[in-house]
Amino acid sequence: MNGIPIEHGLLLATLLFCLGLLGVLVRRNIIFVLMSMEIMFNAVGLAFITGGSRWLQADGQIMFMLVLTLAAAEVAVGLALVLQLYKRFKTLDLDVLSKLNG
Amino acid sequence: MTLELTLFYMASAVAVFATLMTITRHNAAHALLYLIVSLLAVAVLFYLLGAPFAAGLEVIVYAGAIMVLFVFVIMMLNQGNKTVQQERQWLRLGMWIGPGILCLVLFLEMLTLLGYSGEMAGVEVVSAKQVGIRLFGPYLLAVELASMLLMVGLVGAYHLGRPLRVKEPTKEQVRELEDAQ
Repeated sequence: MNGIPIEHGLLLATLLFCLGLLGVLVRRNIIFVLMSMEIMFNAVGLAFITGGSRWLQADGQIMFMLVLTLAAAEVAVGLALVLQLYKRFKTLDLDVLSKLNG
Repeated sequence: MTLELTLFYMASAVAVFATLMTITRHNAAHALLYLIVSLLAVAVLFYLLGAPFAAGLEVIVYAGAIMVLFVFVIMMLNQGNKTVQQERQWLRLGMWIGPGILCLVLFLEMLTLLGYSGEMAGVEVVSAKQVGIRLFGPYLLAVELASMLLMVGLVGAYHLGRPLRVKEPTKEQVRELEDAQ
């Protein structure tokens, strides 16, 4: 049993996740939206690690590594998309880019 | 209050504050600085929670590799004559104070942890060895799937990052146009 209460770890993870979600909802710059998604991935990883440390199992860290892989793949494709969108539309505003016709 | 609990709350405060600053900055480079601080704070939290391997991965992969990708793209998107002026404005001295102070807090925490690492009460460590044994035992399929995901990400990024080509009209289209005229 760890000295740090599990509720506080999970509360912090929830708080960070909500901040990331707020960032996704509020910001209209696509770079900031990607950063907020990184924050959310990170919060999920924190929740996994907290659980893993509560039950002293290695599975929490393994799930964190899988989340890390997912985040790396997501950010590589996402940033390539950002570059391509900027080349075509000369803007990073999501409200302009949401007109995905033609 | 025990030592690790104090350190936990300090690192939590740094993480939440840095995240809050990240989503409220107007400038992408400034937001990125705070985001890196937030990731480092979470790495300290991982260490305190008894996961030193995950803490190392967090610093190397998240704060290292993924953030470098962000920096790269932000710098690529700002080409032109004004770039030098802009970068000078981005990285002016006042901008470093906030992230610097937060980093200092984390650094002091790290020094404390290094000093007391022998006699930390109540923190039980899940070592990298245990993680490795689980990872390449029951989770082998997940590792394979993760490697395939990375491969797909690599190919996707390469495909999306190719230079734009203006499509040449084919001979049939040219003929149709001439007929129409």
